[in-house]
Formats: sequence, structure tokens, C-alpha cells
Amino acid sequence: MSLVMDQEPIEPGIVLTEEQKRRRRARSIAIALALGVFVALVYAVTLVKGPGVLIRPL
Amino acid sequence: MSLASESAELASPLRGDVAYAEPSMAGVGDYLALLKPRVMSLVVFTALVGMAVAPDHLHPVLTLFALICIAVGAGAAGALNMWYDADIDAMMTRTATRPVPSGRVRPGEALAFGIVLAGFAVTFLGLMINWLAAGLLAFTIFFYAVVYTMWLKRWTPQNIVIGGAAGAFPPMIGWAAATGGIGLESILLFLTVFFWTPPHFWALSLYSVEEYRRAGVPMLPVVAGPEETRRQILIYSVLLAPIGALPWLLGYAGIAYGLTAVAGGLLMIALSWQLHRSPDKSAAKRLFGVSILYLFVLFAALLVERAAGLQQTGLPFGRVFS
Repeated sequence: MSLVMDQEPIEPGIVLTEEQKRRRRARSIAIALALGVFVALVYAVTLVKGPGVLIRPL
Repeated sequence: MSLASESAELASPLRGDVAYAEPSMAGVGDYLALLKPRVMSLVVFTALVGMAVAPDHLHPVLTLFALICIAVGAGAAGALNMWYDADIDAMMTRTATRPVPSGRVRPGEALAFGIVLAGFAVTFLGLMINWLAAGLLAFTIFFYAVVYTMWLKRWTPQNIVIGGAAGAFPPMIGWAAATGGIGLESILLFLTVFFWTPPHFWALSLYSVEEYRRAGVPMLPVVAGPEETRRQILIYSVLLAPIGALPWLLGYAGIAYGLTAVAGGLLMIALSWQLHRSPDKSAAKRLFGVSILYLFVLFAALLVERAAGLQQTGLPFGRVFS
């Protein structure tokens, strides 16, 4: 028996519909934008506060 | 065992006999809805006023950063509320189309979204601004999501009275972000929102009483009846009017704020009295609408006065506390 014959057929798994793909893409873009804004904000804060940005009295 | 059969065994969780998680149908708008944008806008506005009236001021970039952290924290609390309250929301017309009860967002997604955002908001407010403001924000999220949503809302008709504290904290958080402390003026702003909440929410619950009853939420009109609710609305409005004027009476705000607070307070009392005397849904709706306008105009007056440098005009008794 060949190797191929031993192998059980593999299910295709989750197949997304076009609508699900579209929504996943929109979510991914939104996450990317949010992270970009977040990074820009933290960078701007470090510019304002200087190198001691995390040094503060508790 | 051949290589192929071994790999097929390892891959068994991917076979058809295992139930797959349904792919998410959530759109970006659904996640934004989880943040309760209308509540968030009120939180941001009152927090901004808290920052503006504080004696110390942050750099504009830090102000923006702090406001975003506060907004995200408020949104996280909203997401956690929608996760927990999905069963109630599904039974009420006003909330049945929310992302979780409508099935567009799974409960686990809403829970994870809320926890992650809350963690980010509190951590970065603490790291970049100060830990008092971060602590207050964390407490506010906890108070809204756990004390109000999980406990008070389903347990007592005083749910929105005590739970109203969660909505009253943002100006105090804004003040704490700007100053690193808690001042009397920020406590006055807290009290204003706190005493504003019962007439505001009970007016809404008066014309949604059947929905709350169907959902099993012990709102005051459901438990004590509409007449008692209208009486309590009047009592809280009578308390709210002088409390709203306290920043002016104690010398923290100018005459423009004072006149706004007195006129707004009298209007709230008049509409509550009208609702008390003629119990119809339109009177409740009118009070609900005016209550939103009252709080907005009151806080806007503080903001305008501060921007125009008029806060020191027209002090009736001088500043009581320095």
C-alpha cells in the first residue's frame, strides 16, 4: 500500500464565505489602524515627556 | 506506522468529527457598538471638563492621550456590560439589536475585547499620566462592569442610584490626570453627575417599564410602581438643583455657570413636578431629553468660562476653600 493510500481524507476545515472574508479583512485593517494610532500617540508622548517618560513618583 | 498515517493522527483535531468554532461575523461597526459610543462621548466630555477646571494643566498631547485612555476604559466597561447583559438585552426592544444578543459578536469575543481594552487603558494611563487617575479609571470600570452590571442591576431598584457613581467618576479622573490629586471641585462635579443620574434614568425607565418587567430587571417603576418613581424623581431633582449650583456658590465657577445651573436646576424641578402631577409618557420623555441637555449645558458652561477666563467673576461668597 502506498503512503497516499494510508492517509485519511482531510476535511477542508473552515471555509469562509465572501462576506466573512470581507469582514475579517475590515477587522484586520481596523486593528492595524488602531495600533498605528496607538504607536504614534506613545511616540508623541515620549517626545513631550522626554527620555524620563516612565520615571515618576508613585 | 507509516509517516503519512502518523501525520494524519497528529492532525486528527482538524478532522470533520470535531466541531469547528463558527467563524466570526462581527464587523468593525459591531466592535465600535460594543464601546457604547454615546455613553463614551459623555464620559470624554465630562472628563475633559474635569481636566479644564483643574488648577494644573497637562500638555495638549498628554491631555489627548489621557482622554483616549479614559474613553477606551469607558468603552471597555461598556463591552463588559454588553457581554454580561446579553440575556437581558435580548428581551428588550431598545437593546435587542446590540452585537451580542443579535449574534453578530460572540460573548467570548465581547469579553476578551473588554478585558484587553481595560488593561491597555488603565496601564497606559498609569504609565504615561499618573497612577491615581489610572486607579480611579480601573475602579470605575470595576464598579460599572462588576458592582453595577453583575450585582446591583439584577438585585435592587436602587441599581442606578448606586451604580450612577460609575458615570460620575470621569470628571474626577480628568481632574486627577491633570493634578495628580482629588480636589473639592472634582468632588462637586462627581456629586452633580451622581444626583443627575436617578431622574435621568428613571424618566427613561418610566416609558420602558414593560420591557424592564419582561426582562426581570428590578427598576424602580417595576418594583415600587410609577407613582413612587415619579416622587423619587422629584426628590432627586430638588436635590440636584442646589448641588449643580455648588461650584458657583463655593466660588469655583463664575456667574455664567451660576445662572446656567440655577435656570437648569429650576427647569429640572419644574419638569419633574409636571411629571409628578400629570403622569404620561410624553412628560417622562421630555424630562429624559432635557436632563441630557441640562448636564451638557452645565458642563459646557464650566468649559466656556474656563476658556474665556471668566471663572472668577461673580463669586457670591468668595472662594470657600482654596
